[in-house]
Amino acid sequence: MAATQALRAGAWRVVELLTTPLVPADYLDVVAPLRNREVLRAKVVAVHPETDRAVTLTLRPGRGWRRHEPGQYLRLGVDVDGVRLWRAYSLTSAPHRPDGLLTVTVTAVDGGAVSRHLLAKARPGMLLGLERPAGDFTLPAQDPGKVLFVTAGSGLTPVMGILRSRSLSDAVLVHSAPTENDVLFRDELRALAREKSIQLVERHTRADGRMQPSDLETAVPDLAERHTWACGPNAMLDELTGHWAGLGKAGQLHVERFRPAVTATGDGGTVTFLRSGKAVESTDGAPLLEAGEAAGVLMPSGCRMGICFSCVLPLREGAVRDLRDGRLTTATEGDNVLVQTCISAAAGPCRLEI
Amino acid sequence: MTTLQRKPVNPVGHLTAEDVEAIGRELDAIRDEVITSRGERDAAYIRRVIKVQRWLELGSRGVLLFSILPPAWLVGTAGLSVAKILENMEIGHNVMHGQWDWMRDPKIHSTTWEWDNASPSEQWKHSHNELHHTYTNVIGRDNDLGYGIMRVDEDQRWHPIHLGQPLWNFVNACFFEYGIAAYDLELGKNLATKKRRKSPQFKAGVKQVLRKIGRQVTKDYVLHPLLSGPSFLHTIAANATANLVRNLWTHSVIMCGHFPKGVETFEKTSIEGETRGEWYLRQMLGSANISGGRLMHIMTGNLSFQIEHHLFPDLPSNRYQEIAPRIQDLFQRYGLSYTSGPMPKQVGSAWAKVFRLALPNRRTALPAVAPEREPVGVA
Repeated sequence: MAATQALRAGAWRVVELLTTPLVPADYLDVVAPLRNREVLRAKVVAVHPETDRAVTLTLRPGRGWRRHEPGQYLRLGVDVDGVRLWRAYSLTSAPHRPDGLLTVTVTAVDGGAVSRHLLAKARPGMLLGLERPAGDFTLPAQDPGKVLFVTAGSGLTPVMGILRSRSLSDAVLVHSAPTENDVLFRDELRALAREKSIQLVERHTRADGRMQPSDLETAVPDLAERHTWACGPNAMLDELTGHWAGLGKAGQLHVERFRPAVTATGDGGTVTFLRSGKAVESTDGAPLLEAGEAAGVLMPSGCRMGICFSCVLPLREGAVRDLRDGRLTTATEGDNVLVQTCISAAAGPCRLEI
Repeated sequence: MTTLQRKPVNPVGHLTAEDVEAIGRELDAIRDEVITSRGERDAAYIRRVIKVQRWLELGSRGVLLFSILPPAWLVGTAGLSVAKILENMEIGHNVMHGQWDWMRDPKIHSTTWEWDNASPSEQWKHSHNELHHTYTNVIGRDNDLGYGIMRVDEDQRWHPIHLGQPLWNFVNACFFEYGIAAYDLELGKNLATKKRRKSPQFKAGVKQVLRKIGRQVTKDYVLHPLLSGPSFLHTIAANATANLVRNLWTHSVIMCGHFPKGVETFEKTSIEGETRGEWYLRQMLGSANISGGRLMHIMTGNLSFQIEHHLFPDLPSNRYQEIAPRIQDLFQRYGLSYTSGPMPKQVGSAWAKVFRLALPNRRTALPAVAPEREPVGVA
């Protein structure tokens, strides 16, 4: 076996030398882009409109995809006006689909470049960048007993991924959307409710107003007994977090945010990217990640909200402010302070190693 | 040619400091316009060029497996030559300039690209992007002026070794990729003293170049020939020919950029405290274009728009042709000479200079230079 392996490795080295200075994959990508394990991609195989503002993409992931857990998200790299932008989308498909396909549902975000692009331009055959699944908005493997899902708008998507993957003995879903027509997966949810798989509480906020924690108490009297998973706008999640803390049950609430909860602003300053030799003036308090991307620096990135630590880079010199809590991090020459670029902004001149 | 500062009639003497800054503002505006309009069309362009280049290379190497047959040899060699030229010029040179960094595609990015050339991209980017593009045509600062082995300006001091420079230039053209690697290593300067020879940085650079050359040579002269079995020797000859054609072509294009008649050079002291407008002006006067059709522009990597490239080295190459008429108009309005000509004429002009300057300046040379100059205006 070892001999075969050595032979294979040797043969591969020869193939690599045949294509130097490129790698064999650079040529194979022209023909079979999904076979590349190193650069994961997805091909759109179907596009299905859900509502006026949401579309479901069915994707064939390339080799190298790792099976996800229900509730997790993936990241898609989409070329918008020629620029590759990455966004996270919750998986709405079950992990063990026999055809090996994935689905995500993209809802139009006001001023959102990627969501609008996908709504307008996604077609079968389109190739997208893909990253392996991530996220901890998942249920325990054993039956969690009584559960409650509180979602609003596109916050339903990770929960839909969970509901499609397993049956739960006692689950309540409280979902808010502006109108009946805006409810994602409406027929499917109502069918689940009819067959008693879930108890469904639909709230149409344009008519009934936003769901307050007190409304939730009325709709779900045994709320305090339920492990709760919530996903939706930050304002809603902040209210829920406060309410659950008030109940003394903070540990029973799991929240998934689509955006970081920003409380501070950066002070601005010149950001220098040492290895690429680029420098930009950051005046608007934008995260370092965005400043670098705008300058054409190949910035590593992940969740873009301070959770996954994929975007961490060494700060060699200068000061940055954490946009979530205003905390200041400084480095003096010779230092090597790791900072999360997605939620840190320049607070004076700073020099990053990339 | 004499540095601009020593000319009897200064070609920019009629411009006020205010004019120069106005030129700078106009150029900045053109640059901003292109940057804000970069988009899908440009991304599609570079991806298409890369795709065509890869298919062409694969196809040509495939045909060369049967290079023992003369038609296959001819077709394969021609295809591979074109593929190598595209790879070096329109793709490699421009990607390494950061012209496509804005796409944020890690596969088409100045920090990740490696090209089919003896010089490792890291070293080339330093000597080319940082030194040549900053100190363009400044005698004593821009080593591209004669690559340190030739005298291409009257103001460079003559030495008997320059008598041989037509020969050096021809040899350099044939082995241009190795010339570039040696040049990026600053081989002449670094081999001169023991201290420099022993410097760890220089030694690491040499090692890096030798490693790359080793891989390139193994690919072109061992592995691909071996794959072609009975066509072994023919494939070696084909690959050597393709490399030679690529070397001669790129050398000619590069010569056309800064050596032809009408291009100005500058004194070392003249760039001290240079403003943005003055920097632009130096790039405008220090470069020359090649006129021709679409194919010519693509095969030169759009360095046929050398003037536009030197003004905006990091704008996508497909945009140079689009802004060229506006740049030409700017030259005309400010009474400056936009040097351009068909390739044979420009190559001839550059070679004529290499021959002429192999000899020391004649005492009467200075007054004789002035009438030789192109008239002010669009040439």
